[in-house]
Amino acid sequence: MTLPVIIHTPALTSGAIDTSTIPGWGVDADPLNDPTYPIRDRARDPGLTSDWERPTIQHPDVEILQSIEHIRQPAVVGTSVPPSGLSGMMRRTAFRWSESNWTHWLLLMGADRVNVIEGIVDDLAHARIPNIPAEMGIRSELAHNKRGFAKKLAVGGLIGVVAVGLLKRRRQQ
Amino acid sequence: MLAMNYRGPYRIRLSEKPMPEILHPRDAIVRVTRSCICGSDLHLYHGMVPDTRVGTTFGHEFCGVVEQLGPEVENLKVGDHVLVPFNIACGQCHFCLQGLFGNCHEVNPEATALGGIFGYSHTAGGYDGGQAEYVRVPYADVGPVVIPDWMDLDDAVMLTDVVPTGYQAAEMGGIQKGDTVVVFGAGPVGLMAARCAWLFGAGRVIVIDMYDYRLEFARTYCPAEVYNFKEIDDVVVFLKKATDGLGADVAIDAVGGDASGNALHTLFGTKLKLEAGSAIALHWAINSVKKGGIVSIVGVYGPTGNMIPIGNVVNKGITIRANQASVKRLLPRLIEHVRMGHIDPKAMITHRVPLDHIADAYHMFAAKLDGCIKPVLVPNGG
Repeated sequence: MTLPVIIHTPALTSGAIDTSTIPGWGVDADPLNDPTYPIRDRARDPGLTSDWERPTIQHPDVEILQSIEHIRQPAVVGTSVPPSGLSGMMRRTAFRWSESNWTHWLLLMGADRVNVIEGIVDDLAHARIPNIPAEMGIRSELAHNKRGFAKKLAVGGLIGVVAVGLLKRRRQQ
Repeated sequence: MLAMNYRGPYRIRLSEKPMPEILHPRDAIVRVTRSCICGSDLHLYHGMVPDTRVGTTFGHEFCGVVEQLGPEVENLKVGDHVLVPFNIACGQCHFCLQGLFGNCHEVNPEATALGGIFGYSHTAGGYDGGQAEYVRVPYADVGPVVIPDWMDLDDAVMLTDVVPTGYQAAEMGGIQKGDTVVVFGAGPVGLMAARCAWLFGAGRVIVIDMYDYRLEFARTYCPAEVYNFKEIDDVVVFLKKATDGLGADVAIDAVGGDASGNALHTLFGTKLKLEAGSAIALHWAINSVKKGGIVSIVGVYGPTGNMIPIGNVVNKGITIRANQASVKRLLPRLIEHVRMGHIDPKAMITHRVPLDHIADAYHMFAAKLDGCIKPVLVPNGG
């Protein structure tokens, strides 16, 4: 049986086990038996420390949301589309939880859906009616999938007719 | 400048956006000459990746001409034509120092599990991508590589992601001479993984997909044995029978979260989004590899969780190897493979589309129309 190989001993803290006290610790260590990928350059592994020579720090002028698993903001960050509106509030809330927590991701997914509506409202506010068929690539559908398009239209039309019929029936009742 | 503009699932358009600016001394501004739509862009396009904000520009496969440089970039000059790895890396953090350029820790504030990727949501750092006329390239002194004079631009753009990811998929498989390798997915990355499996000495390469036109391409391009899973009752039983009842030595998942083939995964993974994508290809990979075999994953999944048979991983003693491709590390070897004619990346390009028609290109690629395998976006008039 191959045991896990520990090359670097973590800094000892209160309660940590001093591996030098363990009989036989590391005697079977085989650096060539390395399942990591890409094969790590262990010669350049400084151990578990965040004390590397950091790049120049970027100072963004927009709001950056940050994972609570980070101990500091990375040196360089993306600045596109800062959080805003209701979706932005939801995203800020999401970052109260770690990446390991489903609440974090579900809130972000929810914010994405709210953001779509915000996008349409923003378009309308700027007197722009989004051309949704064009945005969905209608030209390639018509050029390469006429039969599929006709089928989708027929199915959509049928669902529409049934829905209208049901609504009328309910009103009459 | 003109740039792709995400408006919501299945909806994109080309819009005027402000020119990117130098925001850090190691930034460059690159004028894009080629960009691709990647299979993993479709996960964004389908609304599967959390924190994909309306207004974002996608595109992590691109090359272009350096227009501006920050004061700390000394290894490039204005006018250089560069190919830009899809992952952004600082070159000096704990992970970059060890060659893990796909796992940089100085580039993504929103997540620690993922490095920084151009145009791949805020979960990957919040950087705009290269499906635009211009793009900001952070840490330009680390990632970008000047395209050799002899190299075709279409080959160069394929070296930013498709080729290294496919190559790394095969490399992670730890393929030994004579091994049987099964590749799930005949998209560009799967095709390249199958092609590269031979470079590592595979004895047999099998490709599984559901689109006949892609399988036909794989048959000659890779070359490989090809099977359409829609014509097979049970893929795992089929593969076991094809390997004397044992299973393949190596299984590669080159599909990721958009996989078809199982109603339950489709419902939970792609429709309800309660899984981090449909994981049926990975499910098949785990169950069809031999005991003690290796499963190599380059298919992209979201950050939450998936239903996969982890008990079988334990019981079969499977080794799983996975990562985002470490493009920078692999590029010298891959450029040499292209030069020697061992691989022909541009042969996978089926469509060249003007940036103006980007919405149609996405739909065509996503819906697998017109025999599309790999669409490349060229600047308007380019």
